[in-house]
Amino acid sequence: MSDAFVSVAGVSKLFRPALSVGDRIAARLGASVETRPVQAVSDVSLAIRRGEMLGLVGESGCGKSTLGRLVAGILDPSAGRIEIDGAPVRAAGRKVTTRVQTVFQDPFSSLDPRMRIGEALTEGPLAHGLVDRRDATVFARDRLAAVGLDPDMVGRFPHQFSGGQRQRVAIARALAMRPDVLVCDEPVASLDVSIQAQIVNLLLGLRAGGDLTTLFISHDLGIVRHLCDRVAVMYLGRIVEIGPTRSVYEDPQHPYTRSLLAAVPRLEAGRAVFTPAVGQIPSPLDPPPGCAFHPRCPIARVPDPCRSERPLLRDAGGQEAACHFAG
Amino acid sequence: MTEPVLVVRDLATHFATRAGVAKAVDGVSFALDRGEVLGLVGESCSGKSVTGFSLLGLVDPPGRIVGGSVRLNGRELVGLPPRELRRVRGREIAMVFQDPATTLNPVLRIGEQMRLAVVAHERVSARAARARAADVLRRVGLPEPEARLDAYPHQFSGGMRQRVAIAVALLHGPAVIIADEPTTALDVSVQAGILAEMRSLVAESGTALVWISHDLAVVSALSDRLAVMYAGRIVEEGPTALVLTAPRHPYTAGLLASLPSQAEPGVPLRPIPGQAPSLLRIPEGCAFQPRCPRAVPATCRVAPEPTGGPLRRARCHFPLTLDPAEAA
Repeated sequence: MSDAFVSVAGVSKLFRPALSVGDRIAARLGASVETRPVQAVSDVSLAIRRGEMLGLVGESGCGKSTLGRLVAGILDPSAGRIEIDGAPVRAAGRKVTTRVQTVFQDPFSSLDPRMRIGEALTEGPLAHGLVDRRDATVFARDRLAAVGLDPDMVGRFPHQFSGGQRQRVAIARALAMRPDVLVCDEPVASLDVSIQAQIVNLLLGLRAGGDLTTLFISHDLGIVRHLCDRVAVMYLGRIVEIGPTRSVYEDPQHPYTRSLLAAVPRLEAGRAVFTPAVGQIPSPLDPPPGCAFHPRCPIARVPDPCRSERPLLRDAGGQEAACHFAG
Repeated sequence: MTEPVLVVRDLATHFATRAGVAKAVDGVSFALDRGEVLGLVGESCSGKSVTGFSLLGLVDPPGRIVGGSVRLNGRELVGLPPRELRRVRGREIAMVFQDPATTLNPVLRIGEQMRLAVVAHERVSARAARARAADVLRRVGLPEPEARLDAYPHQFSGGMRQRVAIAVALLHGPAVIIADEPTTALDVSVQAGILAEMRSLVAESGTALVWISHDLAVVSALSDRLAVMYAGRIVEEGPTALVLTAPRHPYTAGLLASLPSQAEPGVPLRPIPGQAPSLLRIPEGCAFQPRCPRAVPATCRVAPEPTGGPLRRARCHFPLTLDPAEAA
C-alpha cells in the first residue's frame, strides 16, 4: 500500500527459551543442547494509514501483544522491517524512540507508585526536550485536562486515582510525548464496563482528531468493532484476515474469524445455542503444517490443499483472508 | 411450586478494617429454585463475590457474616459450627472459582485430588472414587477422562483446568453450585464451550447455579434470572430477558447503555458518570444517588426498599418502567 504510514513488512519474531543451568553447563562441555524456538509472529505484513485506528484481535498466545511490542520498537524483529513514515522505528544506534508510545493493560503497574502524576507526565517530555522545565507544571495540567481529568490533580500519587482515572493518566502520558503512533495493548480490559465506556469515548475523541495513528490490540471484539477503522485477526502468529471493520464483522471470510465471532456471547442472542470451535489452539512450539487452523476448521480439506499448502492473504469480499476457500 | 433449594435473607457481611467498617454485603436476599440459574452481576466492589463466599461460610477475618440467614434445603447455614459446615460444603453446596490454576493442587494428580474430594464426604473405595471422578470429567466434556486422571494440573490448558474444577464441584451432585467469574480468565472460544456445557449439565442434573460475573452478555447466555448488585445490595432482580430489555433500576440501565454492543460503531458511548463508591463510605440512602440521572435528593436520602412482585424487584424510588399490570 502506498499510503502506508506504519508499514510492517514480512516481520517474524522468534523467542529462544533461556537455557537451564544444567543445559548451559552441558553446552560448555561441548554437548549439543537443543532448544525449540517459539515463533510468536510469523511473516506478518500490514500497513496502517495516517490517522487510522487498526484493531488487532485474537486469542491468548496468538502473538498480538508481541506484534504490538515490535511496532513500538520495544522488541526487535528476527526478520522483516518495520517503518514509520519511511524510516525505521528507532533511529540507528538509538535504544529508544519517541515516535511510538504504548498504553498497557494494567494502569496499576504502568505508573510508578512513588511518582506524582505531574512528574510522571513531564518526565519523558523533559528528558527529550519537548518541553521547557519552566513550563512543566502548566504542561502537566494541560495534559490532564486533555484527557478529562481535573488539572489540580497534578500533585497526587497514582494510588489516589481509580482504575479508570489511572488509565487516563497512562494515555495522557503516552500522548505527552507527541508520538506519531500509539500502540494500545488491551487498554480497557481490566476496567469495569461503566468506566470502560469513558476510556472508549476518550479514544474515539483521539481518533476524531485525525493526527494519531493507532494500533489497538484487544481480545474484546465488541470494543474493536466500536473503535477501529480496520481490523486484523491473528491466529498462531499470522494474520488470517484483515480489512475494514464493518466488512470483516458482517461478512467474515476466514473460518477462524467466523468461529471467533460466533463464540462471543451477545445480549440480544439470549440463550441461543453456541457453536464453539472444536479443539484447542495448537501449541506455537509445534504449529500444524499448511493452514494452521486446519485441524479445527469445519470446511478444511485434507491433505490437499489445507494441510499441504499454507494459504496466503488474498482479496475476498471487501477484505483479505488467508484461506484456500475464501472469496 | 416446590420449596426453593436456597433461600437467602438479609445477608450482611462486613469487614472491620482500620479505616472503618466496609459493608461488602449489606442486606442481600434472594431465593433459588431447583435447577435454576441465577446470574449475579455487578462491577468491582459491588459485593458479588463476597456474597458468593458468604453463602458457603468462606469469609475470612476481618470479614464476618454479621446478620441474615442462608437456608439450604431448609437448613440454616449461618452460625453453623465449622465442623458441620464442612460437611455441607462440597457435598450440598460447592464453589467454582475464577482462577483454576490456584484451585487445583499443582503437586497432586487430578485423580488423587478428586479421590480426596470424594472420600472427604463418603466412605468409598479408591476404585469407586476413581470411577466417579472419571464419570464427572466425562460429563464436563473432557476427552479421555480415565487417562487424564493421572495427569497433573499443569498438563491441562486453562479451559480444561476450569472444566476439571467444575467437575470437582459436581462430584457429590450438590444442590447448589456457586461459580465466581469462572470464564473471565478464558478466551471467548473456550468460554463458549464451557457455557454450552454448563447449560446442559444444569438442565440434566437439577443443580441450581449462582453464576457471578461482571459480564452481562455472558450471564444473559446462561441465566434464568438476573440480580444486579451495587454497593453491597441487590438493586434489581428479575427474569433475565426482562431485566435486560426493560431495566427498572437506573444503574442497570446505565450499565446497559455503556456497552458498545448497544450502540452504533463509532458513536460515543454513554458511561455512568462518577465512579462506584468505596465500601467504607457508601452514600446515605440510595447508594447510587450521586451518580443517578433520576435522583431527587430529598427523596433519595432515604434508602429505597425493594418494590415490585416476588419475580421482579428493584430498589429505587423512581424506577424506569412499570409493568402494565402494576401501573393499572
